[in-house]
Amino acid sequence: MTIQEKQNAIIEEFSMFDDWMDKYSYLIELGKELPPINEKYKDPQHLISGCQSRVWLQADMDESGKINFSADSDAVITKGIVSLLIKAFSGHTPDEILKADLDFLEQIGLKEHLSPTRSNGLVSMIKQIRLYAQAFKLKQGK
Amino acid sequence: MSFDIHKIRSDFPILGRTINGKPLVYFDNGATTQKPRRVIDRISNYYLNQNSNVHRGVHTLSQEATDLYEASRDYIRKFINAEESKEIIFTRGTTESINLLATALKPWIVKGDEIMVTAMEHHSNFVPWQQLCIERGAKLKIVPIEKNGELDLEFLNKMMNPYTKLLAITHVSNVLGTVNPVKEIIKMAKNKGVPVLLDGAQSIAHTKVDVQDLGCDFYAFSGHKAYAPMGIGVLYGKFNWMRRLPPYQFGGEMIDEVTFEKTTFNELPYKYEAGTPNVAGALALETALRYISETGIDAIRQHEDALLRYAENKISEIDGVRIIGTAPEKTGALSFLIDGTHPYDVGMLLDKMGIAVRTGHHCAQPLMDFLNIPGTVRASFAMYNTNEEVDMFADALTKVVAMLR
Repeated sequence: MTIQEKQNAIIEEFSMFDDWMDKYSYLIELGKELPPINEKYKDPQHLISGCQSRVWLQADMDESGKINFSADSDAVITKGIVSLLIKAFSGHTPDEILKADLDFLEQIGLKEHLSPTRSNGLVSMIKQIRLYAQAFKLKQGK
Repeated sequence: MSFDIHKIRSDFPILGRTINGKPLVYFDNGATTQKPRRVIDRISNYYLNQNSNVHRGVHTLSQEATDLYEASRDYIRKFINAEESKEIIFTRGTTESINLLATALKPWIVKGDEIMVTAMEHHSNFVPWQQLCIERGAKLKIVPIEKNGELDLEFLNKMMNPYTKLLAITHVSNVLGTVNPVKEIIKMAKNKGVPVLLDGAQSIAHTKVDVQDLGCDFYAFSGHKAYAPMGIGVLYGKFNWMRRLPPYQFGGEMIDEVTFEKTTFNELPYKYEAGTPNVAGALALETALRYISETGIDAIRQHEDALLRYAENKISEIDGVRIIGTAPEKTGALSFLIDGTHPYDVGMLLDKMGIAVRTGHHCAQPLMDFLNIPGTVRASFAMYNTNEEVDMFADALTKVVAMLR
């Protein structure tokens, strides 16, 4: 699946919820189910600091040139959204990630979580995902 | 006048709003209070009928605006019972008031001096002193707090010595709600010859403030936490202090005479009011304080304290709730944590149910470190909040906990 197809699938999945409580219960569930990040990556180097909640993000590239992300957050709603972002971006090449248009959070009514005033680390996380992609791309080019 | 909650609520237009389809329950008053219609009207009336620059023109409008502005200053003097209106300096708010003082005191602080603050200070009453100490080679001393959120008075008393140049202390904690026994503390400080700044951001709208009775040298507060607009605040400073201290900013109203070689400065309070002041803000601050006074500060305190106790009891029934700050004397703020939940998640979900609370470190990171917690959820109250709102809050909180666990 392309990143866009994955985003569409998420949008479709969320279209089933007709009230906020179901939607957030699902997000919370996703947050709880997110495979834990290796504890050694929960260090200042991988920390994306938000004023309210914190996110840790780590990235690896496999032999086929695809980036895999793992992440964690101390707040479970943030973690649910982190889980969606990982679902969308993991398993893709740097170029695919850099070209992707991120629009699903808006489509599923979670755009408020990207507002800078939420200070939850998500905006910086998205930036960081792209920075990782750029860094891996540069490394490949060498 | 009796405390008529229905009348009060009807004075605040915003309370009729819905948030996410639910009636607004506004419990973030520690951050800023809502404004009664008369305060909003005061601002628009000023700009509709009275706007002019103050202390400048010979024309009628300017004279009127100047008179109104100075009348507001005098009303504020009365409200906090300062001796003279020149002791009332208009600022943008508590933060600017404290920065003004920290800047003005700079030449007076030398290497080896000490400035004392407490572990429960808001960043605004912490960072200016920390930076001043770094710059001047002085020592910042921190008064510790007890587990329940009370200050360690014995320690405080012992820590003061001939090198202590200032005690900067909050009247009411924005996180813990603790009302510090400031009168007693100021007495201790006076005995040791230490001047005292009170951070009144969280006290001005909640408890009676009489600066002469308290005996503080300085008192800082913001209008917007007391039903007035944002961008207006006050630094009260005893005349004998402020007349000796140097200016804070230069320009506009604060000068006396300027030549190419030198400038002499205007007298108090104008020495500290450089540039065109926030006249509408000052007038609206007077209106807001009159509103408090009309309602009765003691009646407000009684109402809010009853509300706080009711809320404490209500949320204590929820499994896993831990109240942060259990000092015997509290007002305004109720901070808490719920086992197995993060404050951000709790605040997010409460918002979905129309309830506005504050989450996070509340600009008091040293306190969070001291208590070894990442932050709290804080419900903070104003005169217009009700028991019914607390019920809605407690019900919502029960739902939130069920969702998060």
